[in-house]
Amino acid sequence: MSAVQPATELEVRLTVNGEAVVRRVPVRLNLADFLRDTLGLTGTHVGCEHGVCGACTVRCDGAIVRACLMLAVQANGAEIVTIEGAADDGVSGQIVADLQREFHQRNALQCGFCTPAMLLTAAELVTERPQSSREEIRTHISGNYCRCTGYQSIVDAVEAVCRARTSL
Amino acid sequence: MKAPPFSYLRPGTLSQAIDYIELYGDDARLLAGGQSLLPALNMRLAAPSVLIDINGLSELAGITVNANKLVIGALARHAEVERSALVAQHAPLLALALPHVAHAAIRNRGTFGGSIALADPAAELPACCVALDAELVIAGRRGVRRVRARNFFLGLYETALQAGEILVAAEFSLVKAGERFAFRELARRQGDYAIVGLAARAMVDGNALRDVRIAFFGAEAKPVLAAQAAAVVEGGELTAERIALAQQALEHDLKPQGDVHYSAALRLQLARVLLGRALGDLPQPAAEARL
Repeated sequence: MSAVQPATELEVRLTVNGEAVVRRVPVRLNLADFLRDTLGLTGTHVGCEHGVCGACTVRCDGAIVRACLMLAVQANGAEIVTIEGAADDGVSGQIVADLQREFHQRNALQCGFCTPAMLLTAAELVTERPQSSREEIRTHISGNYCRCTGYQSIVDAVEAVCRARTSL
Repeated sequence: MKAPPFSYLRPGTLSQAIDYIELYGDDARLLAGGQSLLPALNMRLAAPSVLIDINGLSELAGITVNANKLVIGALARHAEVERSALVAQHAPLLALALPHVAHAAIRNRGTFGGSIALADPAAELPACCVALDAELVIAGRRGVRRVRARNFFLGLYETALQAGEILVAAEFSLVKAGERFAFRELARRQGDYAIVGLAARAMVDGNALRDVRIAFFGAEAKPVLAAQAAAVVEGGELTAERIALAQQALEHDLKPQGDVHYSAALRLQLARVLLGRALGDLPQPAAEARL
């Protein structure tokens, strides 16, 4: 679908957590604000708004992206999964649930601001490379800031889920 | 912050995109992966009146081998290049470099062509293109032209792209028997901007190197070919003494910029250390990207 006249508002059709969504939005609206303010899905957090903190991470067509670095209109036709729908999202849903349990048990969150994005980021690694070492886990979550835990317990939790899945 | 107001165009073909960039000129910016442009908008460092979203241009997508060239479309995402079997086989230097390009979520969205066209001085891919002597394919109203990577990067965020032109692909010669690669980068944390780094290629025969090309990034405003350091190790056995001489010679190739974190002298010293490591990597069967 091409837009031939410069538009300041456009209709966007996408799937969010398995549900079809159609909205007319300003083109300058980023995906994070669309999810939070237009759809009320406030589990996607907004920290830095320039792609540094990782708190707005969501899944777009199966891959994690920064929702603050995508326009809502660019998600036209995409399948978006936020933390609200992640636990119901097929096989990776079980991984998210396992990660949540390990995060809880190991105190891998304190204020919780980074947690939804941290879970989605970790879930991608567990899904694709469950054999990852601690160093590879650290590298994979390097784009997600946590200002409470010092990361140790987060790496512990992700590693526990990785090990559980490689021993299946 | 939020992006300033702009209007938005979504061309369906390359020809339509060229119409738009001719029509709007400097008022417009091309939106590809958006991983540098959208931060610039959100921080109000840029305020174009029109964004031309080129993500729908199938002419710019994909990774193929065509006429003995590996062709990486400008819209190929970093993650796609990183995982591509064709890239691993035919341009393994890129596979070494890609894990250092930003973080996983950024690589899922950012594009190969976007990184080349932006020409950030600390970016890995422009230096890889220079080290591999890639050709950049540029389309405009009058057709397609090709520019060698070493002539493409002109300065800080400055390239050979002219008004009305768009980068469509990068072309790489296929790896030859005996050709080896090394990639080294120093950053505070994986995925951060490089303090300094290098991409290198050479033909290796036993422990001897020839046709050595070493491109540094993060040192100056654009990728720099270290010609004098390369000349020192060209031909003959690669000994510790010659590596040390190449490290010395680097001061004639690089005039690093200092900043609040790293002085020019420190950058040169770090570049020398990385050069020594990379030269040591080159004769190895599979040079690996390490710190």
